[in-house]
Amino acid sequence: MSRITITVNGKPETREVEDRTLLVQFIREHLGLTGTHVGCDTTQCGACTIHLDGKAVKSCTVLAVAADGSEVMTIEGLAKGGKLHPVQQAFHEHHGLQCGYCTPGMIMASVDMIRRHDGMLDEHTVRHELEGNLCRCTGYHNIVKAVLDAAEKHRAAHAVAAE
Amino acid sequence: MYATTYHKPKTLSEAIDLYENSEEPSYLSGGHTLIPTLKSRLAAPQHLIDVRAIPELSGIEVTADKVIIGSATRHAVVAASKEVKAAIPALAGLAGSIGDVQVRHMGTIGGSTANNDPAADYPSAVLSLDAIVHTDRRSIPAADYFQGLYTTALEPGEILVRVEFKIPEVAGYAKFRNPASRYSMAAAFVSKHRDGHVRVAITGAGNEGVFRWTEAEERLDESLTVEALEGLAIDPSQMMGDMHAPANYRAHLVAVMTRRAVQNLGGTHIL
Repeated sequence: MSRITITVNGKPETREVEDRTLLVQFIREHLGLTGTHVGCDTTQCGACTIHLDGKAVKSCTVLAVAADGSEVMTIEGLAKGGKLHPVQQAFHEHHGLQCGYCTPGMIMASVDMIRRHDGMLDEHTVRHELEGNLCRCTGYHNIVKAVLDAAEKHRAAHAVAAE
Repeated sequence: MYATTYHKPKTLSEAIDLYENSEEPSYLSGGHTLIPTLKSRLAAPQHLIDVRAIPELSGIEVTADKVIIGSATRHAVVAASKEVKAAIPALAGLAGSIGDVQVRHMGTIGGSTANNDPAADYPSAVLSLDAIVHTDRRSIPAADYFQGLYTTALEPGEILVRVEFKIPEVAGYAKFRNPASRYSMAAAFVSKHRDGHVRVAITGAGNEGVFRWTEAEERLDESLTVEALEGLAIDPSQMMGDMHAPANYRAHLVAVMTRRAVQNLGGTHIL
């Protein structure tokens, strides 16, 4: 057992965990934040994607104890003051989901992607960079539309901020 | 996953001490091969020794003729490094083609090189770029390092510290991926070194893991062109065959990927 502290969505969380605990188990079972999903449990589907120190990773393949002292952001941490994050809003408007199982991972991967590219994305890049997230319902079309829309709004917001 | 005890040493000597004084220890880096293996209960180390906090294992250094990468460096960092891109663009491109975005944020060059998966990308660059694998105790030339499937010259407890690549005159990498797993079914790393010699390393296809295709090297030494490879085939009996691709198909892909690497010198061609 190890005593670890991980800052999750801005709040330090200290727990006693078995060393074999996966980060996704820590998030779901120890903190009760069940927005992060377990899909394949084999590092392929991306449903468990969260941000670890600002980078999108698959939390089913990280030990919680190895993330001791880190900052984690989950899907629950995106909306601010009851207002959806722009990427969540874009998924809503473009109906970028059907069953919704992959959606938290898709959104966390998309937020990371838009930030890394500073919103400069085209369809090819979005499809390529979503390789690590599987959706078995939508055929990806509306997901890609949602990411492109959110990326455009990110650019516009930053252009305004720069003026 | 079976129960295990996690350690995060801050120095090389502390890590080696832990390894030598523990029952069934295993080193852990990015964990993107090891953790899935543990979850499947295919391995059950009693002690996991995380090497990522050891300072010697991080950082990228580029000199006039070498690119030296610390073994705990993540694929995304190598892929985005301006220095690596300028010195060996095919190496940065290779790193950027591993797995997916999330995997590249965690997986490390040392983990890939130490594990020597027959379908991993980095072993082809290590062999083609005539690299030296530096460990806590010695320096191993690439020619002596790879010893078959999942097997390397590393001794139990030996830590891979950094990989030193020779900067070639030009290099190219071409890969045909399994569309589901994204591991290579055949990939070729072709380098023309400053001494004029060409090295062709093939990963994903050989039944003994990564290997040099010397017949292709002889042809390309004469002329570094696609035409020089015309009519050259590789023996399917040396290729892996599985549900994804039979040996004769992999043999075909090896020749195609080698030609594509030559067509894309100075970069990558990923399918």
